Amino acid sequence: MKIACFHLMPYRDLADDFEKKHKSAWFSLPFNEVADPNKVAGYFNQTLDELTYAAQMGFDGVCTNEHHQNAYGFMVNPNMMGSVLARATRGTKTAIIQMGETAVFLNPPIRVAEEYAMLDCIAEGRLIAGFPVGLGGDYSYSYGMAPIEQRARYYEAHDLIKKAWTSDQVFAFNGKFYQLPMVNIWPKPVQRPHPPIWVPGNASPSTWDFVIKNDYAYCFLTYFGAKGAEHMVKGFWNRAEELGRDRNPYRMGFLVPVGVSETDEQAEAEYGHAAEYFYHKGLHLPEQLLAPPGHMTHSSLTHLITKRPFPPFEELKTLKFPQFNDRDFVVCGSAKTVTERLLHIIKTLRVGHLMILPQFGSLSHEKTMQNIERISKNVLPHLRGVWDNEGWEDHWWPKACQDAKRAAA
Amino acid sequence: MKKLTKKVVPVLNGRLDITVNIAGKGKPLVYLHSAGGFYWDDYLDELANHYKVYVPHFPGTAPGRPNDIDLIDNLWDAVLAYDDLLAGLKLKKVRLMGHSFGGMLAAELAAQRRESIEKLVLIAPIGLYREDASYTCASWCALSPPEIMEVLFHDPNHPRVVKRMTPPPGQEAADLWTVHFVWTLGCTAKIIWPIPDKGLHKRIHRVTAPTLVVWGENDRLIPPVYAQEFGKSINNSEVFMLPRCGHEPPLEQMEMLRDKALAFMAA
Repeated sequence: MKIACFHLMPYRDLADDFEKKHKSAWFSLPFNEVADPNKVAGYFNQTLDELTYAAQMGFDGVCTNEHHQNAYGFMVNPNMMGSVLARATRGTKTAIIQMGETAVFLNPPIRVAEEYAMLDCIAEGRLIAGFPVGLGGDYSYSYGMAPIEQRARYYEAHDLIKKAWTSDQVFAFNGKFYQLPMVNIWPKPVQRPHPPIWVPGNASPSTWDFVIKNDYAYCFLTYFGAKGAEHMVKGFWNRAEELGRDRNPYRMGFLVPVGVSETDEQAEAEYGHAAEYFYHKGLHLPEQLLAPPGHMTHSSLTHLITKRPFPPFEELKTLKFPQFNDRDFVVCGSAKTVTERLLHIIKTLRVGHLMILPQFGSLSHEKTMQNIERISKNVLPHLRGVWDNEGWEDHWWPKACQDAKRAAA
Repeated sequence: MKKLTKKVVPVLNGRLDITVNIAGKGKPLVYLHSAGGFYWDDYLDELANHYKVYVPHFPGTAPGRPNDIDLIDNLWDAVLAYDDLLAGLKLKKVRLMGHSFGGMLAAELAAQRRESIEKLVLIAPIGLYREDASYTCASWCALSPPEIMEVLFHDPNHPRVVKRMTPPPGQEAADLWTVHFVWTLGCTAKIIWPIPDKGLHKRIHRVTAPTLVVWGENDRLIPPVYAQEFGKSINNSEVFMLPRCGHEPPLEQMEMLRDKALAFMAA
């Protein structure tokens, strides 16, 4: 079992009436009206401190991600964060998990091939290369590209990046979206033929097919909890079987906001505000901004509108901490309770890569550090061995990060 | 309402089929629909009393053929597809009319296929851009359903507006109506995203057809100042403003628009 520490880098101090005063926490939210640049400088450094501390305390990897023009999480270039973390963890076995630099946001996308290669050099072979399709709003509103082309562009960028990493020859690339006369990136990644590839997703069957056919690891990032995810994750495993893949749990990653208290009763006092802040303010995001027209394929759009697999974000505003916690949207409680609930999630969904979000919403730096310490000391040791008796190998983990003892065994 | 016939016309060397809705008798009139998609309304029905009206579906927006949009990569593909369409329909001389997104395409087509266009009618077209009156395609895709009603119409309670914007009865039919509406916005956005300023200002001087530019005085989507901008840019043009009217003159000022357009096209 591999357990990574994930961070979104949110704005942690939005006003109590924020969601009533502003139409969205995304894209159209004016920075100067809402945010304090000095506070933001603090958040970036706190985020780096929190992730570094998680690595020191025994998390197997640290995850950063990319979003734009919002108060929800604004690491606009996760590779800048990743390079600091790679250096701060030099000489350890901590994986640097970029979830990730989004290829379709950049033109040409070989910039991602280059930056990931450079990061794999700084990390001395500890990079995990995330390949997100990218949020529709980021792609189309922040970066101005037509929604309907995003997926085709993603596939083409992926092909280009892989070829740039693996080709021994200088080559010309004549794509529909990208044309390059001389592809010959310097440096290439330390890991050969390339770093492990993880693809984050939100249950889109077209992404599953892409991941399974290419034999990558999938990371299910959902806001709606493990209980709601069971049905969808089952769909992933069924599809993997149909396409002839094994049930290696390391194919599946899952993200959970976690808060550990001394007792179950104290959880609401410690994490209630932060969880409600995350769902009520961070996800204050009208649907048409999340996914502009054309972002989803016609069949995915039809599925979404006729079957309504997810509740509308607006509905989240009616829920309070006890409901978020009951439904596993967040997993908060004593170390014992959190351990039991995470074990249940891991086993039910067959998760080999668990990603824990120890900072969410308004949770302060001090509380986050305390949470990381409690998770590391009192939860992680009980999760590590879950899959040991099944004997699976994690093909999607950098060799430089493999535990020596376990590898020898 | 008249009975529509459908005709499928191969374009772009047979790579793409365009579905055309046809009604009426008389000289040919080609009408290019807005970003909201094809909708046979009272206005088109009235035009069909005087003309044989052809309304093509923009690729990807014809029922059952969503992925046709994959064959149109950019504005130039779309203009050539419509150029092929006029040839495929064997229309040597036509009156051409377009609304909003369709108005931009009509202006492009009139600049490209000059010899075929006898009269051009542009109803609140997009396609030109002024820094002092900015608008983007991204911003209309970012509107919530209540905001759409507020921005698009002068009077959201006008009976024709209500009829157009009310989903059909039954949950399934209503859901599929929503899917079609969102998908249509996605297809049309492809060639104009994020700002519909794709170089028409460099080509519009080529339009030689006598042109009528019509605009709602209360258009909150594309500011009415663009009526003058189109008027200035086209040599032989006339600008006509509609009172108490937003971005959808065919719904909000049907009679006034009809009378003006028919008189202009007959002259």
